[in-house]
Order: sequence, then structure tokens, then C-alpha cells
Amino acid sequence: MSIPIEWLRALSGGVLIGTSAALLLALNGRIAGVSGIVGEATAAPVAAASAWRWLFLLGLALGGGLSMRLLPGAFHAPPMGALGVPGVLIAGALVGAGTRLGNGCTSGHGVCGISRGSLRSIAATLTFIATGALTVLATRGLR
Amino acid sequence: MSLAQRRGLVALAAGLLFGLGLALAGMTDPRKVLGFLSFGAGWDPSLAFVMAGAIGVNAAVARVALKRSKPRFDSQFHLSPLRAVTPRLVLGAALFGVGWGLAGYCPGPALASLATGHPAVLGFVAAMLSGWHLTRALEAFAVDATPAEVVAPSASKP
Repeated sequence: MSIPIEWLRALSGGVLIGTSAALLLALNGRIAGVSGIVGEATAAPVAAASAWRWLFLLGLALGGGLSMRLLPGAFHAPPMGALGVPGVLIAGALVGAGTRLGNGCTSGHGVCGISRGSLRSIAATLTFIATGALTVLATRGLR
Repeated sequence: MSLAQRRGLVALAAGLLFGLGLALAGMTDPRKVLGFLSFGAGWDPSLAFVMAGAIGVNAAVARVALKRSKPRFDSQFHLSPLRAVTPRLVLGAALFGVGWGLAGYCPGPALASLATGHPAVLGFVAAMLSGWHLTRALEAFAVDATPAEVVAPSASKP
């Protein structure tokens, strides 16, 4: 039985993400939580304390741009179907509001928090996977 | 090079690795994320492999790093002091999950996809920032909520 190449790519990509989070923690003492980083950066864009956040975001955008050249096909627009433009905007607003209220997203809770054994992060991750799955189920006929 | 400059370089490198990792893992394709959230026939387990790889590396390094009194280039660790699972945490995570399940984007992949210039990505990111900042502004009125989470105290090592 062979392991699908997509699974190996997923695991390797995960190792890169984990290395990124580990560097930020061990060297800078910071959590690689993307929702918090982009929120705090845009809340105080010119503060010196936000410089590292803007540099992380610059790296993230550059990493995406570089990947478009190295891995064409890795990017795709959301398959919204009948959900359309309102669906995209509602989704974005819910992700923004929810990650602010819940103090984190897939990276901050799902990767960093669980790595530290945080009960809050485990609860948050189980919750957003559950409501995410229910949402996919509920909108299945619309895509 | 000053400590602040070193921290800046680390942050830039970490962001770059993060973006490359997301794309390599296929997480910049929302169809794969929705495939993971679609349990049943045709389930795509990729996201589980991403989390396993990321948590494996990060947990191993964090175990060693957090035993030290401080990180390499800063005077303290900046970790959340929050410990309790609160209704606010669960409500926030639940709302986030609904948005995630609608578009298949969480914040990292959406930002890493900005380079595509696709209108759906730009619209998603603009709405996401609006939602985050509107919620932050409303917290000022939520005096009866859970103050510890509204105004996060200065972080300290657990």
C-alpha cells in the first residue's frame, strides 16, 4: 500500500509550519497565531512593538507569492457556488469576529496551543472543527 | 545587530516558512480544507497530517525552549495567561468555525493567498479585519463579560 503524495506534502508542509512556530517561540518568545498577529498589527500599525508582526506578515505574503511560482496549482479560490460574494464576506466577518472573541485561530490554538497542552486551545480546536463540519454539511447543496 | 533587529529577522523568516508550509500542504486550496471538514465518503485527511507535522515539531521544541527562563532574543516569553475554558472562548471558536466552513479559509491561508490578487481573497481578508476590529471595539462596552479576556494582562511564563 502506497501513501498518497498529497498526504506526504501535507505532513511536510506541517513540519515547515511547526518549524516556523518553534523558531518564533524559542528565539522571540512569541506565539505564531496569525489572527492575533494581523489584528494587533493593524490595530497599532506604526507602534514599534508591532514591527515584528508586520515582518511576519510580510514573510507570510512573500511565502505565498514564492509558492505561486514554485507550486502552481497549490492555490484556488473558495468554491462558493450559490453562496457567492455575500458568502465570502460573511465568512470573512465571522472568522474575524470569532478569532477575536475566541483569542485565536487554527494556528494559535490548533498548532501552538495544543503543542503546549493548553486546555483552552484543545476546547477551541474541537469547537471550530465541529462547527466547521456542521457548516459544510448544511451548505452542501449550495456549492 | 541589535536584539530588535534579530527578532525582526526571525519574524520575517518565520512568516516565510509559514507561507511556504501552508502552500506545500495544500492549505491554500480551500477545497482541501472543506474536504477535511466534510466527514464521510471522500474525506480528505490532509489537514490532520498538517497538524500532526506542525504539532510534532513545535511541541518537541517548546518542551525544551520553555524550560529556559527566557527566549534567545527577548527578556521574557509572551504567552497567554488565560487558563479557563469560558463561554466566550467557545462562542468565538464556534463562530470562527462557521466562517471557516463557509469559505474554507482561516486567517493564515487567506493572507498567504493575497499574492494571487483574487477578488474573493481580498474581500475575505477585508471582511475578516473588519470583523476582528469591530469585535475589539465592542469589547469596550462589554463590561459584564469576562474582563480577563477583554483586557489580556501582560503575559508571563506559566
